[in-house]
Amino acid sequence: MRHRQFAVAVVVVLCAALGAGACAKKKPPVARPMPPPASTGTSANAPPAPPTPVPDTTPIPPEPTIKNDPLASGDLDTINKNSPFQPVFFSLDSFEIEGPAQQALSANAEILKKYPTWVITIEGHCDERGTAEYNLALGEKRALAARTYLLSLGVPADRLRTVSYGKEFPFDPGHEESAWFKNRRAHFVVTSR
Amino acid sequence: MKRIILACLALGAFASLNVVQGQQPPATPPQPPPQQQSVVELRITGMGGAPKLAVAGFTPLSNDAETVAAAKTISDVLWDDIAYEREYYMIGKDAIATIPKHTSVDEVPLDRYKELNADGVVVGTVRRTTTGIVVQVRVIEVASGKSAFGKEYSGSVGNPRKFAHAIWDEMYKQQLQGRGVARTKLTFSSDRDAERLKGPVNRDVQEIYYADYDGANPQKVTNTRTLNITPTWSPDSQTIAYTSYRPSGGMGTFQDIVLSFINSGQRTTPANGDPQKQNYLPIWSPDGSKIAFTTNRDGNPEIYVMNRDGSGLRRMTNHPAIDVSPTWSPSGTQLAWVSDRTGSGRIYIMNADGTGQRVLISEEAYRPTWSSEPYNEIAYAAKTGPGFDIKVFSFATGDSRRITDGIGSNESPAFAPNGRHIAFTSTRNGKVQVYTIAKDGNDLRQITREGNNKYPNWSMEPK
Repeated sequence: MRHRQFAVAVVVVLCAALGAGACAKKKPPVARPMPPPASTGTSANAPPAPPTPVPDTTPIPPEPTIKNDPLASGDLDTINKNSPFQPVFFSLDSFEIEGPAQQALSANAEILKKYPTWVITIEGHCDERGTAEYNLALGEKRALAARTYLLSLGVPADRLRTVSYGKEFPFDPGHEESAWFKNRRAHFVVTSR
Repeated sequence: MKRIILACLALGAFASLNVVQGQQPPATPPQPPPQQQSVVELRITGMGGAPKLAVAGFTPLSNDAETVAAAKTISDVLWDDIAYEREYYMIGKDAIATIPKHTSVDEVPLDRYKELNADGVVVGTVRRTTTGIVVQVRVIEVASGKSAFGKEYSGSVGNPRKFAHAIWDEMYKQQLQGRGVARTKLTFSSDRDAERLKGPVNRDVQEIYYADYDGANPQKVTNTRTLNITPTWSPDSQTIAYTSYRPSGGMGTFQDIVLSFINSGQRTTPANGDPQKQNYLPIWSPDGSKIAFTTNRDGNPEIYVMNRDGSGLRRMTNHPAIDVSPTWSPSGTQLAWVSDRTGSGRIYIMNADGTGQRVLISEEAYRPTWSSEPYNEIAYAAKTGPGFDIKVFSFATGDSRRITDGIGSNESPAFAPNGRHIAFTSTRNGKVQVYTIAKDGNDLRQITREGNNKYPNWSMEPK
């Protein structure tokens, strides 16, 4: 074991000394089955020196923007952790889409137009001040109100799902208005891309 | 395992023929000691107030640890079961502890219990057998020395609490014609497993549980590692209906009603939900044939009723406001529910065909639950300040009275089958926990302690 690691290190050092091109053409007999140690970063400027041959003759041209967009290429977890959607907030015991909520929904509609394959679920949430059962219905009204507004902006119905969580999952567990404000919301989750 | 063989003592049949109707005569002159193995029906009464009862407990007839532990458990649980209905004045455990422990139900130092002014004394023994234990119990009228209640049970030593529950339910029925709840179960949702839903956004898991009415012996009904809430017992206590957040083919989740048949483990989804047709908050009709629930299939929360197999679907409300949280009248001819059609939540009432819709309770109120006969009351969560309190509305008086004390938020009331107790949730100790309270506001007991526990519902029959 120790010997093999040492051998890899020697090969890597030798490759670095001989230059990338020579190394890539050579077949390093010992290092081949080993995973690359990746001791040196693979930045664009650094000479590519991993034991596995890398065809580096043609530099990658700048990609269209869609490829640089992590939202277009990432998995659902990544997308939702960096969600581009704005939550929509509501007044106490209300499901009315007010001014700021309309702006947020317009922005969200633009995002849905930019990513035409996305299907989203609009989650309705409530603060702790209503009863648990009533809040299941209130959260539903909030989610449905947000959905109706997005439909009016031209988003197709089959891309908009809803579900109500009532007060089961507060975003802020606090017991004051600053927490309640955050918890009275329609929350947008990408469920298919 | 669950087998408790009820063995009436030898002359049980004879005794039942000798039931004395109506009032008992005051203490009859002392008679010769009761015949061996005989049971004479006799009601323990008090002079004026509640009869004073000394629950002397159960003596283990052998010294092995299991029998000793079973005797202690049965003693403690029977004490709690009896105290729960508050029909008797309970003589203090410290006073009883000064009296030498009986070694058989036939030799009880009644003079000493007389000194404590006891009207009745509950004594018992626990005897080990090759297959389990035999539990003997007797309720003795102190003045006469006569047995008012006597039973013998045999069964597994695995769950000694069951003996105590069976004893109290039968004693309550025989002595006071009461409907005991000691063998009933509470179902609720719980996040005690501290798991999280994996999905685009992580969420806490809630599973459906049920437990004894005092919180002992919790059993898991679901194991989906998703969100399951609002469980309700079918009237025969064989099935639990609940709201489940079900996966939608990799595209998020939707709410649907699931029926879980406790004994077989079989599950059905009679409301046949999908993302455009979500169903939640199921409530069984008193005869168990129908389920009322809330659904968004019309683009708005509305009350529907279906047969328990999903057939016979009927829309009950038709209003752009919120309609949610139905409850059936004991006869099944009416429903009460919550609507915010006047701005904030009010409790409404309608006939079971949807006609005659009107406001029943004029204050801001949520989550009604209708008690069984003969009380015919509605418990609900009333907005009393920052949080809620449980109140009880009486059809007889047209008035409501507050049951809880304004500490924490108190929600989701559910009546015990005898209408004398209410299970509910409270945040009074931080997390959301299930409590029970007598419907006059006394005897608050915390039932759950692990995790958060919500949406309690009480089984109608012993299970």
